[in-house]
Amino acid sequence: MRRFRAIYIIWLRDLKRHFRDRARIFGSLGSPIIFIFILGQGLSASIAAGGLTGGLDYKQFMFPGILGMTVLFAGVFASVSIVWDREFGFLKEMLVAPVPTWTIALGKVISGATIAAFQGTLMLLLAPFAGVHLTPLLILELLPMMFLVAFSMTGMGILVATRLKSMQGFQMVMNFFMMPMFFISGAMFPLKNAPRWLDGISRVDPLTYGVDAMRAIMLPNFPNRYPLPLDILVVGLLSAAMITISVTAFSRQA
Amino acid sequence: MSGAADLGAAIEVERLSRHFNGLKAVDEISFSVGHKEIFGFLGPNGAGKTTTISMLCTLLKPTSGRASLSGFDIVSQQDEVRQSIGIVFQDPTLDDQLTARENLQFHSMLYNVPKGEREQRTASVLDMVGLGPRSADKVETFSGGMKRRLEIARGLMHYPHVLFLDEPTLGLDPQTRSSIWEHVHELRQQYDITVFLTTHYMDEAENCDRIAIIDHGRIVALDTPGNLKHSVGGDIITLKAEDVQAAQKEIQEKFSIEAGITDVSEADGSAGKRIRLEVPSGRTMLPHLLKGLSVEIQSVSVREPTLDDVFLNLTGRQIREESADKMEFMRTRIRRRRMR
Repeated sequence: MRRFRAIYIIWLRDLKRHFRDRARIFGSLGSPIIFIFILGQGLSASIAAGGLTGGLDYKQFMFPGILGMTVLFAGVFASVSIVWDREFGFLKEMLVAPVPTWTIALGKVISGATIAAFQGTLMLLLAPFAGVHLTPLLILELLPMMFLVAFSMTGMGILVATRLKSMQGFQMVMNFFMMPMFFISGAMFPLKNAPRWLDGISRVDPLTYGVDAMRAIMLPNFPNRYPLPLDILVVGLLSAAMITISVTAFSRQA
Repeated sequence: MSGAADLGAAIEVERLSRHFNGLKAVDEISFSVGHKEIFGFLGPNGAGKTTTISMLCTLLKPTSGRASLSGFDIVSQQDEVRQSIGIVFQDPTLDDQLTARENLQFHSMLYNVPKGEREQRTASVLDMVGLGPRSADKVETFSGGMKRRLEIARGLMHYPHVLFLDEPTLGLDPQTRSSIWEHVHELRQQYDITVFLTTHYMDEAENCDRIAIIDHGRIVALDTPGNLKHSVGGDIITLKAEDVQAAQKEIQEKFSIEAGITDVSEADGSAGKRIRLEVPSGRTMLPHLLKGLSVEIQSVSVREPTLDDVFLNLTGRQIREESADKMEFMRTRIRRRRMR
C-alpha cells in the first residue's frame, strides 16, 4: 500500500508538471506538423510513383511512423527528467524517503508512459491532414498500443538516465540513440527494399514493431511486415525487459 | 515506531568511519545526542560534517562502526530510521514547479502521513514558518530564505524524532539567518524534537545545547558552548605591533605568557599579523602589559573568548575558511611564482 502510494504520487507530480507546461505540450506537435506537411507533402508525389508504399499516399504511410516518433521522443524525454531531478536536488527528497528506490524508478516509468501516450493521442488530431481516417474504435485500439510502446521507451529513458550525469549529455542521446532508432524503424520508408544491414538492425529496434503494429491498426489494407500479434508480443516482451533492467539498474546506482 | 523512541538517546554513534579511496572523511567518531537536544557539528568545510549526516540519514553506508537513531540501526533498519527523521539538506531539494502545499503533500504521501491529518498538518507547519499565505504559490517565486523555511516545514510533516539541518543558514542574509534560528528553537518547544545540525558559522553554533568540534574527520572537542569557551582560559588580548616577532619574544620573556602570532583579516578589510594571548583577566592584565613592553604597539583589543578561539586552540587554525582559503590560495600562487 505504501509502495503503491509512493508510485502514485511520483506519477501525479510528473503529470502535474507536464500539464502545467503548455509550451511543451503543444511545442511537441511542432516536428510532427513539419514532417507531415512539408516532408510528407513534398515526397508524396515521387514516392507514390515508385509504388513503394503499396498504393497508399505517402502521408498516410508515414503517419503511424510519426506517431511512433512522438511516443519515442515524449517517452524518453519524460523519463530522462529524472536527471533534471538529480540536478535540481529533488531526487534527494525521494531517495531519502522511507520507500524502496525501485518505486521511484517505476513511478517515473509509468508517468513517462502516460505522458507519451497522451502526446500520441494529441497527435491523432493531425490524422485528417494526413488522410488517415480514424474511428473511435480505432483510437481505442491504438491507445493500449501506444502505452505498450511508450513503456519500452520510458524504460530505455530510465536506463539512459542512470548513465547521464547532466542534461547536457542529452544531445548525444538524441543524436546517437533516438534519431537512429526512429529512422531505422521503418517509420519514414518501407524496409522491404532496404539493404540487408539496415534490415538486420531494424529487427532489433523495438520501435520497428511498434510502428508496424500502429500501421496495421490504422491502415488495414497495407501489407504489413509482421503479423499484428507478433508485433504486440515483441513490444510487450521488450517493455517488460526494459522496465525490469532499468528499474534494477537505477536502484543499484542510486 | 512506538516504544523504541523512549529508550536511550536520540542518536547514538560508536566508532563510525567512512573512507573514500583511502581518505578518512570520517574517522572513528563516537557521540550520543539526548532527547530534545539541539546538537551542533562545527567545523570547516571538508571536515566530515556532511558525510556524517549522510550516514546517519542512511544515504551513505559507513565503512565501519555503528550508529542508531531512536534505537533503529542505520544499516539494518533503514526504513525505520528514515521514517523517524526529517532532513534539510545544504542544497534545496524542492520541486519549484509545484506549489508549497503540493511539495508538502508529495512528502506526506511518501512518509505515510495519515490521510485525515494531511491538510491540518500542512496548514500548521506552514503557519509555523510563516508561509501560510503563500501556500498556493509556486516555489519558483520564493526567495532563498523562504525555500529554506519551507524545507524545514516539510521536514516536520511526518513528526520525526530527529531533525537534521545541514548548514541551515548557508547563503542566507543575517536577518533571515536569525529568523531560521528562532524557528529551530520554537519547533523544539512545539514538536518535542531533537535537532542535529552542522554549521561553520561560529556565532551560530552558540545556539546549540552542545557542540562537537570536528576537524579532519575526528571530533576534537565536545561540550556546551560555555564550557568550550571556558577551556580557553580567560580573555583574549590581540595586539598589533610594528615588529610582531620582537613583541612576541618580549612578552614571553617578561611576562612568561604563551603568545601566538595569527593572521587576521579585519572587518574593515585590513589584514596582517597579530599577537594573540590568553590571559585570566584582560582588563587587569592590559595596563601591565602596555607599561612593560618596549616595542611599539599600534593597537590593542580585549575580548571574551569565542568558539573561534576554541577552534584555534584545538587545531592551530581559524575556521573562517572562506577568506583564509582565498589568502592561502594567493600565497601558494605567489610562492609558486617565486620558485620559477
